[in-house]
Amino acid sequence: MKFNKSLFLSICMLVIVFATTACGTQKEAAPESSKAPADANLILATTTSTQDSGLLDVLIPAFEKKTGYKVKTIAVGTGKALAMGEKGEADVLLVHAPSAEKKVMESGSTINRQLVMHNDFIVVGVANDPAQIKGKTTDDAFKAIAAKQALFVSRGDDSGTDKMEKQIWKDIKVAADGPWYLSAGAGMGQTLKIANEKNGYTLTDRATYLAQKKNLSLDILVEGDKKLLNIYHVMEVNPEKFNKVNKDGAKAFSEFLLAKETQAMIAEFGKDEYGQALFFADGDKTDADLGL
Amino acid sequence: MEMQAFWEALQFVVTGNDEVWAIAWLTIQVSGIATLISVAIGLPFGIWLALTDFPGKKLIYSFINYGMGFPPVVAGLMISLLLWRYGPLGNLSLMYTPTAMILAQTMIAMPIIIGFSFTAIMSVNPLLRYQFLSLGAKKWQADWLLIKEARLGLLAAVIAGFGRVSAEVGASMMVGGNIKGQTRVLTTATVMEVGKGNYEMALAISAVLLMIAYSVVLLLTYLQHERKREIR
Repeated sequence: MKFNKSLFLSICMLVIVFATTACGTQKEAAPESSKAPADANLILATTTSTQDSGLLDVLIPAFEKKTGYKVKTIAVGTGKALAMGEKGEADVLLVHAPSAEKKVMESGSTINRQLVMHNDFIVVGVANDPAQIKGKTTDDAFKAIAAKQALFVSRGDDSGTDKMEKQIWKDIKVAADGPWYLSAGAGMGQTLKIANEKNGYTLTDRATYLAQKKNLSLDILVEGDKKLLNIYHVMEVNPEKFNKVNKDGAKAFSEFLLAKETQAMIAEFGKDEYGQALFFADGDKTDADLGL
Repeated sequence: MEMQAFWEALQFVVTGNDEVWAIAWLTIQVSGIATLISVAIGLPFGIWLALTDFPGKKLIYSFINYGMGFPPVVAGLMISLLLWRYGPLGNLSLMYTPTAMILAQTMIAMPIIIGFSFTAIMSVNPLLRYQFLSLGAKKWQADWLLIKEARLGLLAAVIAGFGRVSAEVGASMMVGGNIKGQTRVLTTATVMEVGKGNYEMALAISAVLLMIAYSVVLLLTYLQHERKREIR
């Protein structure tokens, strides 16, 4: 029995330790701002590229410090992020699939869609370039890949990048299917890695490519095509449709993204590490300026 | 990947990175609490199941055996559907909190702990119980002695439960969301660092996870060993 007592005691101790520390972690850091919001929890549904490029690590702490909101960032593909908005499971969305966004706006699930920033998509592949796509336009490059049946790795996860890629295949009227077309069902970082290991081509956003470049032997083969603009919008989930939405928080976040200082932070982001900016701030522009 | 870069990342993680230690601590709390809840309910239930005879017992046990391999992502999905804002328990605002992760991990650990406890008791020679009874033990005393006999297996149940949930990533990602400073645990942080292409950092975080898992197993193994010495 002696041992059972000591086991019992040690379990009790563990329970107490866990219980006390669990309470401890729930204490929220006091915001610097004096006007703490009534409902501090804000759910941001966004894309993996904003997280994987490191941009959110800069923006979110600044926003939290400024406003006292506590942001729950859910970094998923744009398709999933939009679906969360359509179900009222997020408060604010930062996404990059303009035509899909418009559909969500039309359904009335979101309001106040505003241009935040852009960068661009690029087509990358191994240097020996089996389908000879270097320097071609996007459409011709995709046609050449399909004609040659050269290995192409697709995100296959309904993300913004995936939607863009599917649109290109649709534009050139090619059914992307067959052993040469791999659907990875993975994030951008992972997809680049797969393309790298299998010597394939893939479509990527420039930010994630630059952030991953040190692990890759893939080169940029197609860039600068107007078609390849990667445009990010912020949208607030409609509080009239979903009563549980934190509408003040969503509004504060979208205002924060478009504020002058934030736009300057976005424009500067990446210059230290990569020698070039990963995003172009577009807060003062309209969709028309980008040719949408 | 370069070995040197890994060592640098490991040193960085082990010596001065508060964020990683906060993530490690959250991992211990979430998985520890989930294991404790599972032990508190699952251990007595498994023991009761082993010591009681009733029709349909084999059927129940087959469900538990099945549940021992319950896919974490399915547990995550079910908890998500319950906790969504517009789900049945949406008013509790538990989605993307450590509590949601504890719920999902409890769902994963519970069948493992029930199953292992059941097996531990069943694997003790069944004649032993009759021997205790014939020696004049009351029924509850005989049961208690049987439980003591099975303690090695019962602690193995706890080890297996904790091992499974601390290693799990799918459910934690789904119901926790891998939110920095709130629900990021070692496994989800590893996935994210791989996504960012920081393989050295991912490996260093994995090393911390392995160290924690081993420390817990070491502690429990020590407890097992202590008990064994006492019998002799």
